[in-house]
Amino acid sequence: MEFRFTEDQRLLQETVRDFLAGECTVDFVRGQWETETGRSPEFWASLAEIGVPGLLIPEEHGGLGMTEIDLVLVMVEVGRAGLAEPVTPTAAVAAPLLRDCGNDALAKEWLPKIAAGEAIVAVAQPTSPLVPEAECADLLILRSGDGLYAVPAADARITPQKSNDPSQKLATVEFDPQPEQRIASGADADRLETAALDRGALACAAQQLGACEQLIQMSVDYTSERKQFGVPIGSFQAVKHQVADIKVALEYARSHVERAAHSVAHDVPSRSVDVSMAKISAGEAALQGASTSLQVHGALGYTWEQDLHVWMRRAWTLDLAWGETAWHRERLAEALFEGGSPASSFGFEPAA
Amino acid sequence: MDLKYTAEQEAFRKEARAWLEANVPSEKLASFDTKEGFEQHREWEKKLQAGGYAMVPWPVEYGGRGANLLEWLIFEEEYYRAGAPARVNQNGIFLLGPTIMDVGTPEQKARFLPKMASSEEVWAQGWSEPNAGSDMANIQATAIKDGDHFVINGQKTWASRGAFAHWLFGMFRSDPDSTRHKGLTFILVPLDTPGITVRPIEKLNNKKAFAEVFFDDARVPVEYQLGEEGKGWDVAMATAGFERGLMLRSPARFQDTARKLVELYKETVASGAYVAPELRRTVAQCWMDAEAYALNTYQTVAHLMGGGKIGAEASVNKIFWSELDTKMHETALKLLGHRAELLPGSSAAGDVGEWLDGYIFALAGPIYAGTNEIQRNIIAERILGMPRK
Repeated sequence: MEFRFTEDQRLLQETVRDFLAGECTVDFVRGQWETETGRSPEFWASLAEIGVPGLLIPEEHGGLGMTEIDLVLVMVEVGRAGLAEPVTPTAAVAAPLLRDCGNDALAKEWLPKIAAGEAIVAVAQPTSPLVPEAECADLLILRSGDGLYAVPAADARITPQKSNDPSQKLATVEFDPQPEQRIASGADADRLETAALDRGALACAAQQLGACEQLIQMSVDYTSERKQFGVPIGSFQAVKHQVADIKVALEYARSHVERAAHSVAHDVPSRSVDVSMAKISAGEAALQGASTSLQVHGALGYTWEQDLHVWMRRAWTLDLAWGETAWHRERLAEALFEGGSPASSFGFEPAA
Repeated sequence: MDLKYTAEQEAFRKEARAWLEANVPSEKLASFDTKEGFEQHREWEKKLQAGGYAMVPWPVEYGGRGANLLEWLIFEEEYYRAGAPARVNQNGIFLLGPTIMDVGTPEQKARFLPKMASSEEVWAQGWSEPNAGSDMANIQATAIKDGDHFVINGQKTWASRGAFAHWLFGMFRSDPDSTRHKGLTFILVPLDTPGITVRPIEKLNNKKAFAEVFFDDARVPVEYQLGEEGKGWDVAMATAGFERGLMLRSPARFQDTARKLVELYKETVASGAYVAPELRRTVAQCWMDAEAYALNTYQTVAHLMGGGKIGAEASVNKIFWSELDTKMHETALKLLGHRAELLPGSSAAGDVGEWLDGYIFALAGPIYAGTNEIQRNIIAERILGMPRK
């Protein structure tokens, strides 16, 4: 029993943090809002150079063969940087789905391309009709009836839907299911879809931690500078206590997220419940971070020009992705009260 | 990251479980805030010590088991799982004990720790004074050296179980010309010293174990000074961090309450009684928060066992567990509906268990061990770096 990351894992996190600090500045993020696709193939290629899209892809397919325990720290950095490129659907969800779906030909075709940064994959979420990243995707994983399909972009009818978060690229998608594109059906499709949902939710939760940290940092910086009544407003307890409260929420959400990463990586029986707790707690911490940061920034935070809303909007939209908080709360409640998914009390597990 | 217990850890768990199953009193002891219950709890501590489980992480020579923090966590899980009695000497074993181990002389360690571990001597803490609560550095009680004794004058207050305890530890102003954090000395005081008057204070729970302590030229030998003279503040703060928070409120305590809360919710729903819809979400949130506390503690233990240190992070902890404890009990009372106001034993109450008692106890959590407002200041200033002025 040793609940902590290795030095190598921390090093990977630092590498990604440094990379994003240099390449994914807030000016870059806001610049992407103004482009036609909102996505940068050049940026994606440089992300592939440090191995991010192929992190979960086996080495034989050109990836790094790592697990969600490694990925979760990377996703925290993605959240901190406000990076909205399709890391979640492609690297965190589609890559392991294609790896695990039992279709070798499909895995051989797509995994090396994903690892090389040459393919983007979008994945439909069972909890929403909106498919993020459908427009820029080369391949889409879509559900129809009891089947799960891998559909090349050319075969899908994609209708862009504008998001309140300009970083978020959403669409509704229609397609005519073709038997040869079916990758799983029935219970197998359900299993893959639940695993996808858990992976997507975990990736969001990690980004919510990163976004929350960023919101805290911006609030600390601003309230330490901004003076009223002749002193920094951050010296007032009414301000301090609000920011301290986000920190408390963040630290306990972090424990849930890091444990959920382990649960997903090792596919433990309580995986889904552990992920739901991570998504709920990180989502709430990020939303609390957003509302508190806005309040302590005063009117300045309410302007489009101030960068605060880059992360505020990430907090809002990540909360809705891969199962909104209310959905995960219900999954947790069913597990506890009606014996839905298995839940276990860490270390404690009292006898029935 | 490895979240599996080793074979040795599993074996230790089994051993502790078997011992507790065989030895935990089948009848619930009286409250340790009554004289009768206090003595019953001391008897239990004696048994625990004889079984080798009183102080799991302490060195063997001081009455402990010499186990590591992880084994201590496992023991705590089994302790709460078994429904074993609350620890009557918690101020001694969890707060003062680690401090003595840190800064005590070999003689002090040998003199105090074994008797503390067995609860032969039960300790009360003497931090607060009428004018030194959140503003702890405003301590006014004096301890002036006279030959080989300190002569103590002044008043301490809010000493838990002070009415029955044998010893008190606290900070006293040994340099009468000093102010604030300087000139304070950490002193261990036998409560039967002439010149000491202990006056019980009745708490919200209707019990009189809490006390204020008056010192009127009470003479205490200088060998009961802990750490350097005039450095009492540093002695107190050195171990004011995580080990205290960790030991005082181990996660199993809250996981156990959360488990009972889930059961209460299920029973209430099954009984057909009205259950406000939002309670479904609140109960699940409580369970989830108790899990978060456990996970976080396991992470901290890994950090400490890996040679790491913990400082102001203890404040994050204290806010979380104290507010969680209150929320869990408030939620239970909502589930109990009208029965929530009935004392156990009233015929219309049915089995309301210990929720009301637990609630009253939980309400003290955000106040003792440094109010949560002070903890929020510490987080903002020392962890986040927000300006003091």
